[in-house]
Amino acid sequence: MRQLDEFHEEAGARGMSDPSEVGHARHIHPSAKEYVRIGVILVILTALEVWVSYSSLPHGLLIGILFFLAFVKFGLVVLWFMHLRFDDARYSRFFIMGFAGACILFLVVLLLFKAFAG
Amino acid sequence: MADTTAHAAPVEHTSTGLPSTKLAMWLFLASECLLFGALITTYVLYRGASTTGPYPSEIFDIRYTSVSSFVLLASSLTMVLSLTAAEKRDFARMRLWLVATALLGMTFVGGQVYEFTSFYHEGLSLTTNLFGTTFYVLTGFHGVHVTVGILMLLSLVGMSWAGRLPDDQAFPVEMVGLYWHFVDIVWIVIFTVVYLIPQAKPAG
Repeated sequence: MRQLDEFHEEAGARGMSDPSEVGHARHIHPSAKEYVRIGVILVILTALEVWVSYSSLPHGLLIGILFFLAFVKFGLVVLWFMHLRFDDARYSRFFIMGFAGACILFLVVLLLFKAFAG
Repeated sequence: MADTTAHAAPVEHTSTGLPSTKLAMWLFLASECLLFGALITTYVLYRGASTTGPYPSEIFDIRYTSVSSFVLLASSLTMVLSLTAAEKRDFARMRLWLVATALLGMTFVGGQVYEFTSFYHEGLSLTTNLFGTTFYVLTGFHGVHVTVGILMLLSLVGMSWAGRLPDDQAFPVEMVGLYWHFVDIVWIVIFTVVYLIPQAKPAG
């Protein structure tokens, strides 16, 4: 975090209104320790997913929990390992555009073929 | 966040102010979202529509696939550790982590080949039923992506060894890493949608 602050100070010292302007030349990424911590969380969440899938929870609740856990894992990898948390916001916008497109496709196709079929 | 590492990316002057290679990689990954979105949608659409077996619950081995998932997650960790090493200009360690990532990727693909073979021997081929078609196409596409990622990793190691990478080796490692992590997040979705949800049984 200290280096992130220094990075923002450097941007300010250069008279840049947006620190992302220097992000072009310099990236701030987490340390190895931080990556390992995220990796451990991912392993725990995966183990939890498998355990939940064998549990006798109501079907709807079970699917909800499994999707929630997958969403958290997805977010951790995208934000930390793929650095969207630290990089220029325009990269996030591009990715969200593709991801949102996939989600819309999923919903529209399922609605067309399942809900409105027959 | 306790501490961070920083590295200098190649400075290029573009109209966006962003490195074109990285922007192109994110655009490519956005298009890949749509590809896998379509494949996952097709699988979900036809789930439970097969009129003949084998059915998912008869052939899936969740414990086996869970181990494969752990292997792929571990490969994502080794990938970011190689990036950290590259940012510190410790290129020997960077190559070591890249090789570890490639080996974990090979383990995953090997596991998938074994799984496909055993499913085939149990009577599930590409044309057996709707489940077979959608399952093999979805997971097969993912397997091909992992294989391409392994080739990229090994190429990176070879180029680094031969001194054919630019002085700032962290940038190409980061680009290959973005692709590799994308393959990982696709598997996170596939593992839940394809493998874990059919396991779920109504209570009582």
